[in-house]
Amino acid sequence: MSTLEIRGLKVSVDTENGPIEILKGVDLTIKSGETHAIMGPNGSGKSTLAYSIAGHPKYNITGGTVTLDGADVLEMTVDERAKAGIFLAMQYPVEVPGVSVSNFLRTAVTALRGEAPKLRTWVGDVKAAMEALSIDPSFAQRNVNEGFSGGEKKRHEIMQLELLKPKIAILDETDSGLDVDALRIVSEGVNRAKANDAIGVVLITHYTRILRYIKPDFVHVFANGKIVEEGGPELADKLEANGYAEYVTA
Amino acid sequence: MTTLTTNYLTPTGREEAWRFTPLKRLGGLHDGTAVVADRHSLTLTSAPVAGVSFALLSALDTSPISESDDVIVARIRDFAQEVSVLTIAANTEVAQPIFLKRTPGALDSAEFSRVLIRVENHARVTVIIENSGDTHLAEDLEISVAPGASLTLVSLQEWGSKSIHAGRQHAVVDRDATFKSIVVTIGGSLVRLLPTVEFAAPGASCELLGVYFATSGQFFEHRMFVDHKVPNAKSRVNYKGALAGDQAHTVWIGDVFIRAAAEGTDTYELNRNLLLSDGARADSVPNLEIETGEIVGAGHASTTGRFDDEQLFYLMSRGITLADARRLVVRGFFNEIISEIGDEEIQTRLMDRIDSELAKAGA
Repeated sequence: MSTLEIRGLKVSVDTENGPIEILKGVDLTIKSGETHAIMGPNGSGKSTLAYSIAGHPKYNITGGTVTLDGADVLEMTVDERAKAGIFLAMQYPVEVPGVSVSNFLRTAVTALRGEAPKLRTWVGDVKAAMEALSIDPSFAQRNVNEGFSGGEKKRHEIMQLELLKPKIAILDETDSGLDVDALRIVSEGVNRAKANDAIGVVLITHYTRILRYIKPDFVHVFANGKIVEEGGPELADKLEANGYAEYVTA
Repeated sequence: MTTLTTNYLTPTGREEAWRFTPLKRLGGLHDGTAVVADRHSLTLTSAPVAGVSFALLSALDTSPISESDDVIVARIRDFAQEVSVLTIAANTEVAQPIFLKRTPGALDSAEFSRVLIRVENHARVTVIIENSGDTHLAEDLEISVAPGASLTLVSLQEWGSKSIHAGRQHAVVDRDATFKSIVVTIGGSLVRLLPTVEFAAPGASCELLGVYFATSGQFFEHRMFVDHKVPNAKSRVNYKGALAGDQAHTVWIGDVFIRAAAEGTDTYELNRNLLLSDGARADSVPNLEIETGEIVGAGHASTTGRFDDEQLFYLMSRGITLADARRLVVRGFFNEIISEIGDEEIQTRLMDRIDSELAKAGA
């Protein structure tokens, strides 16, 4: 049982015109097995929240705390956060030329477990994960994200989620750019990971579409760097009907 | 052949061809002060194969196949009494690479070495030259690729930290022949190589690939010249370099000359450098001279950059440490070229050396 606790988180980024505050005090608690949908208009700071928790160097933490089972996440390096059990599925996964998917996955799982996995078991695990997400076996020899279509990148992210077995997974707009079939395949992967490992999921999205496949326990509406309304799944239905207009002040 | 005995035009460092080279560190290879020993260190180390012969022949019977205005080449030709000659007979196809290796040399004297690789009509072969240990070497390597023949030449500079190596690798590529060169320079104090190609007849093509990795105090220079003097020839150049540590210095010069007669030329050259720490310097100078507009294409690109923070973040967000993430990115950067060698054992050895150089440099 794990708990990710975010309290009063304030984050700014440096710009030519000085620092700009993007997160203005975010409170959020995610426990193992729970699924939290974070919904909001573009530019509201949803992705900043995701990247700040993962430790991207671009974001400056100016206030608040983030703890995982009591440990101070903000004090950890990026790889230490992953080792603590935090996983970020990125909206725009990065290409790494010359590094094969197979080498990348093996290096990552070795780092996370502190020892190399047994080769035969691992090869089987990877093969099964690829099959489950309808990923062609030749993918293992391709360079990480290089020349992948948008849908392939997202499936590759969810494959990592299933193989690396984090405690808390943050999915940043995993649904964007996916057609209906790919959305279903990716969502099934997330649901498998939830069922097998009881992970806590933070589902960041602009649209309610993915919530038909991944059922949230809680819905949080994000606007102007804060959570402005919270509720159960019924809140998503309201957003579907009314949009974000009432939360965006002119 | 010219007979230069005196009056060498010893470079001063102001000449275009020498302006980057630290002449004081050349061990006197260029100015006549080197003590030249009568060494022939190049040996055939792979098993004998039908159609492949390797012999030391008299220089009197083995004239150079090309002209050169390089002063070190002129000194080698004036000095060398013998030439190491590798001949691949016509129509020979060898699946396994042919290995040539330089046996250990010495640092108190220099070897002035002439080498000739002759690939006769329609032969297809891969030759791997392994250079390791510490030595001072001036090298005039000529390569003739006869009509319809195909040669892949891998030149590995895995020298010890005190080696000085100045070499020209000049290929004459004939009608419908292909020449692929893979140069790897990851060891030595000073290495200055001139991979040069002249096309002797239409339909010829060459691919010049290379990687270099310089750490503190190392100077590695690679100076290409591709001479398109006949129609319908194709050339590709792709060199990738990384530098780490104070005073690491690399130079890449890519000269391509498309003469008036060279209609239908297709050429592209690329040099990419990765600066892994402060205090290192990568010079990169592509240079295209075109005398005819009737060509298929001609272009070049040169980039020099640092680690991509987004790549490092992505890898680290999967639990990989910063040091391992950097190692993966550097390996990936070089892999495009190294994987072209096609020999797993050598590729692993080179990648391991790159890892250890990277670790030593603390980048």
